[in-house]
Amino acid sequence: MSSLASSTAVLAVPGRDSSLDDLPALALRVRERIVRMATGGGCFIGASLSCADLVVHLYSRVLRVTPETLADPGRDYLFLSKGHDVPALYATLAELGFIARERLANHLRTTDSIYWHPNRAVPGVEFHSGSLGHLLAVAIGVALDIRLRGGANRVWVILGDGELDEGSVWEAFLVAAALRLDNLVAVVDRNGFQANARTEELIPLEPLPAKLESFGWSCATVDGHDHAALDAVLGPLRGAPAVPGRPAAVVARTVRGKGLPSIEERTDRWFANFTAAEVEGLVRELHGGTADRLTSPGLVVR
Amino acid sequence: MTYEEALGALAAERDDLVVMTAENRAAIRNLPQRLGPRFVDVGICEQTMVGAAAGLALRGRTPVVHALAAFLTMRAFEFIRTDVGIAELPVKLVGYVPGFLSEANGPTHQAIEDVALMRGIPHMRVVCPADEAELLSALPAIVESRSPCYLRFNAMPPAVEHREPFAFGKAELLAAGEEGGVALLTYGFLLREVEQARARLERAGIPVRLVNLRTLEPIDEEAVASAARRSRLVVTIEDHFRTGGLYSIVAEVLVRLGVPCRLHSISLGRRWFQPALLGDVLEHEGFTGPQLANRIRKLL
Repeated sequence: MSSLASSTAVLAVPGRDSSLDDLPALALRVRERIVRMATGGGCFIGASLSCADLVVHLYSRVLRVTPETLADPGRDYLFLSKGHDVPALYATLAELGFIARERLANHLRTTDSIYWHPNRAVPGVEFHSGSLGHLLAVAIGVALDIRLRGGANRVWVILGDGELDEGSVWEAFLVAAALRLDNLVAVVDRNGFQANARTEELIPLEPLPAKLESFGWSCATVDGHDHAALDAVLGPLRGAPAVPGRPAAVVARTVRGKGLPSIEERTDRWFANFTAAEVEGLVRELHGGTADRLTSPGLVVR
Repeated sequence: MTYEEALGALAAERDDLVVMTAENRAAIRNLPQRLGPRFVDVGICEQTMVGAAAGLALRGRTPVVHALAAFLTMRAFEFIRTDVGIAELPVKLVGYVPGFLSEANGPTHQAIEDVALMRGIPHMRVVCPADEAELLSALPAIVESRSPCYLRFNAMPPAVEHREPFAFGKAELLAAGEEGGVALLTYGFLLREVEQARARLERAGIPVRLVNLRTLEPIDEEAVASAARRSRLVVTIEDHFRTGGLYSIVAEVLVRLGVPCRLHSISLGRRWFQPALLGDVLEHEGFTGPQLANRIRKLL
């Protein structure tokens, strides 16, 4: 049994290294694609828009993975743990050539696998999620194996702040610190909301950075919509831990529904299923125009 | 050879094998020194252990994870179902002290629905060795298989003299019985008691067919069907709730194959058992060989 021998070499996987200046335009295109998925059945638009800059930034500037190296054991991994923000990932994967852009038109169709939560039938999705509180544990296993092989690649996990209600996340925080997995980075999309309520009004998380540090992680806080700030915080974590021997956490302060003032921070627009006309209005709003008044009913889907 | 010696030897042969535990080391206490970084103790975190095992398996490892059967199959159930089951990863789940083997721990520790839970997950294999010899003969096949697998751990002294090598989906026929006799179907350490019951019934002139199922998923359908066709009564004997275990499996098989028979369950029904030392549990619950023989005779 020597299946492991062939994959122990760490391959130098080039990152994409887009210019920082290009990222706002790329993120805008990703947001437009997200909005266009919020009809014909809809999607979790609020969470997708809050993490759009994060996902775009990671794939453009941080992760050493390309469409050509998706099966390379030396690639960096990104696990989208909260899952329902997957339109941001689908759109980023489409913009960067991991999947054909036309596939996004298959959203919610039985003929494809572009549905409300991530799955591995979509190239670039490392693991399925949707059940909260799983992928930090899965990422620990991947990070452990990379360390066992002496690999230099790194494992990134995007967690939702509402997801931090799950006890399994804190179990995994403990275990990752105990195992000294300093090739692991957890980015919390701190948009301040769970499905139906503000986190601080339901299950308060603050002081979140202090909590994470007390669990043995390094922790930085960053504006999750500012690419220069993201570059300053995430860039150094691309190749090395913030503190040797410790996993790294980054609390990215974000806005639910970012880019669309008409739905920002609204609990009834976390999951949205707009009319085709509303979508066109929202796209105008994304580009700085004024949206039509939304008349489709707000939804409480969880 | 012990379980840990066998597992250590397999790990020496296969660099994909990683041994994990949620701080249950009784049966693997010497493996940390032997395996070094391929021994991972995550502390009392069954969910994280199973999730991490899935991550290791994604990278080509074969994780063999250990925890008490109750907490592995129930505390971490959704991780098993979602991370291991949906992805069909070759994670090997070893549940300690299943069924009556939790002895005096009480109902919190009684895994008597574990077979029902694990076999309900698509692709999951369920292996229930009758003793240490059967455990050791099953272990290489379990590790070699690319399917997820639940092992109802049992390393007790020999229950019987085994006649057939282990294979998935292959039962061991220990006594052929006679046409029109009784068929006893069982698994796990209870085989020892059922064998005693068989001997008593035979001495009383009742021919007995004795089948040790070994693996409950996949099940040996032919062994089940032939027992039903030849016997006037089939009795399933298990330290499990009646629902979802061997009785349910046999009923499903016989209905699907259209084989009519009289089928009776000796199980825990729908209740937890009285906690005590194993011998006293068996006596109290009516599962000693002589008690089983009497219970079966009354069915005739």
